Amino acid sequence: MDDISVPADIGPDTLLEIFTVATRIKVCDEKFRSLVLAGQVSAQYYSPRGQEIVSASVGSLLRPDDYVVTTYRGLHDQIAKGVPLRELWAEFFGKATGLCKGKGGPMHITHPQSGLMVTTGIVGSGLPIGAGLALAAQLRGTDQVTVVNFGDGASNIGAFHEACNLAGVWKLPVVFCCHNNLYAEHTSFEDGTSVGRIADRAAAYGFPGVRVNGNDPVEMLGAAAAAVERARRGEGPTLIEAMTFRFYGHQMSDQNEYMKPGELAAARAADPVVAMRKWLADTAIADEQRLAGIEADIKAEVEDAYRFAEQSPVADLGEALTDVYEEALA
Amino acid sequence: MLGFQALGSALDDMLGRDPSVFLLGEDIADPGGGVFKVTAGLSSKHGAHRVRATPISEQAIMGAAVGAAVAGMRPVAEIMLMDFLAVCLDQLSNHAAKLRYMSGGQTSVPLTVRCAAGAGMQFGAQHSEMLEAWLTHIPGLKVVVPSNPADAKGLLTACILDPDPCVIVEQSLLYFAPPQPVPVGHHVVPLGVAATVRSGRDITLISYGRQVHDAVAAAGVLAADGIEAEVLDLRSLVPLDERAVLESVARTRHAVVVHEAVRRNGFGAELAALISESLFDELGAPVARVAGANTPIPYAKPLEDAFLPSHDAIVTAVRATLARSRVRVAG
Repeated sequence: MDDISVPADIGPDTLLEIFTVATRIKVCDEKFRSLVLAGQVSAQYYSPRGQEIVSASVGSLLRPDDYVVTTYRGLHDQIAKGVPLRELWAEFFGKATGLCKGKGGPMHITHPQSGLMVTTGIVGSGLPIGAGLALAAQLRGTDQVTVVNFGDGASNIGAFHEACNLAGVWKLPVVFCCHNNLYAEHTSFEDGTSVGRIADRAAAYGFPGVRVNGNDPVEMLGAAAAAVERARRGEGPTLIEAMTFRFYGHQMSDQNEYMKPGELAAARAADPVVAMRKWLADTAIADEQRLAGIEADIKAEVEDAYRFAEQSPVADLGEALTDVYEEALA
Repeated sequence: MLGFQALGSALDDMLGRDPSVFLLGEDIADPGGGVFKVTAGLSSKHGAHRVRATPISEQAIMGAAVGAAVAGMRPVAEIMLMDFLAVCLDQLSNHAAKLRYMSGGQTSVPLTVRCAAGAGMQFGAQHSEMLEAWLTHIPGLKVVVPSNPADAKGLLTACILDPDPCVIVEQSLLYFAPPQPVPVGHHVVPLGVAATVRSGRDITLISYGRQVHDAVAAAGVLAADGIEAEVLDLRSLVPLDERAVLESVARTRHAVVVHEAVRRNGFGAELAALISESLFDELGAPVARVAGANTPIPYAKPLEDAFLPSHDAIVTAVRATLARSRVRVAG
């Protein structure tokens, strides 16, 4: 974002929308993380703080009937796809009013009305499922697009390669969106990946691969728009490698002792949500009053979702035995 | 009709009835029509987009089937041999089986998985296993094992119609067993309904799949001695027709479970426990199991034969059970 001119093909509304969604993700994450750390809620939570712009940019291009698959570090993708906050929060709290009645939890969010179809806790396993969602659209002759989100570590499991090959062979309308946050759990990108750029792997499967700065909304939006349009036109998959960073390690107890010195501090100093706010102000896309208004609205919205979740009843114990099959087996 | 043709006719019928049904698997399209010919002619009739030959990619096949099912399609995925489920068990166990539950019932996975299985063709250890116990241990999956062509057609149709993920275990020897009558057109055998293949008062032989035929043969031998064995074909393991099992054993007071899979932790152990828990006081003798040896499956014909439970072993198990019975039985 060194160049502070506004690209002609991206309207200010889109940029403000991306900022709004990124802020919603950031505020939700900060609030939820503080509750977990304070012991007010018991959850295995994987923070996507720092990766907001990737999801907010992609989300701005998708329709409600487009499909998204994400991972256990998926709050940003879920919010960006429009999953309702109150029920999302209630699910994080394991409450009866949660999206999944408290049976899924943070690692297993589903909300078909928003198109958020699967959140998986198994690294890399979402790619074949995303190929299948895209296959359904292709067989029905709709122009729905599927976006599969995953981390850099996922590109090393077999399912990544099988899904890419299948999507390439069948020209499936899917965007494989890798959030390369430079660490696969506790293993650095270069220690676990045989290529310098995950985007290069797309060539092996016969479709475009592009590496972008995922923290730059203009760059991210441009790459995602090309990929989504290509999929919608029926021309097949794209692999996007969005470079980003996670601010809070792999898990909540993570001390980040495996990281390079100074790396985390530098990333936090370049907080992409803060940087975007400054950019919007510097380019006069939005004045301080408007930005502060957006932030105040979001704080109220998140507070409301939190209160809803906190005050909701816990799941009825009888629910533990339902939804295994459509009907209970004798 | 032969077994493989009966399965093909179920697929043909369902492809014709429901546009959301499609097939995917390795080599399933014409001209080959699959390595066992189950899908022969179907891509020519229904189109290669609906009868889709895939790369050799079990994870991608299973995952794509899961994703398409979540989106409301009714995929039928062929995993060529049951042993290969190991390659894609994450997609089957962690995703197909759990997505309905984890989503609180918002999504379902109306997926059917077909796989050939079983010993007897000298395919060796990696192409011959019966692994139904893996699958019945996973809540969320349904598992069926037909014993004859008509049931194969009816159970496969029921699986495709079912809202939950189903695995149909097709024993490869039954593909080419002597032909039997099969209903033409739409034919459904409901899941969870066992069939009494032969009635008897003295002992119940509980089996499924190809071993039903061994059980019937054993019953014939026993009848010559005046022992009347009832033979129950479970047809579906999940859901299980517990009532049929318990009613029969309550009457005969003796049970022998017969299956091809290895004995240790096999489905027979579940059946033996079910019967013992429910009918302990009525049982004349402990429930016996006749099953495969606890080994990988050997290649050489005599060794493979020795691995498989024989009808002689069933006869022996029945006689041993009745010999230690507290209940007087003829013979």
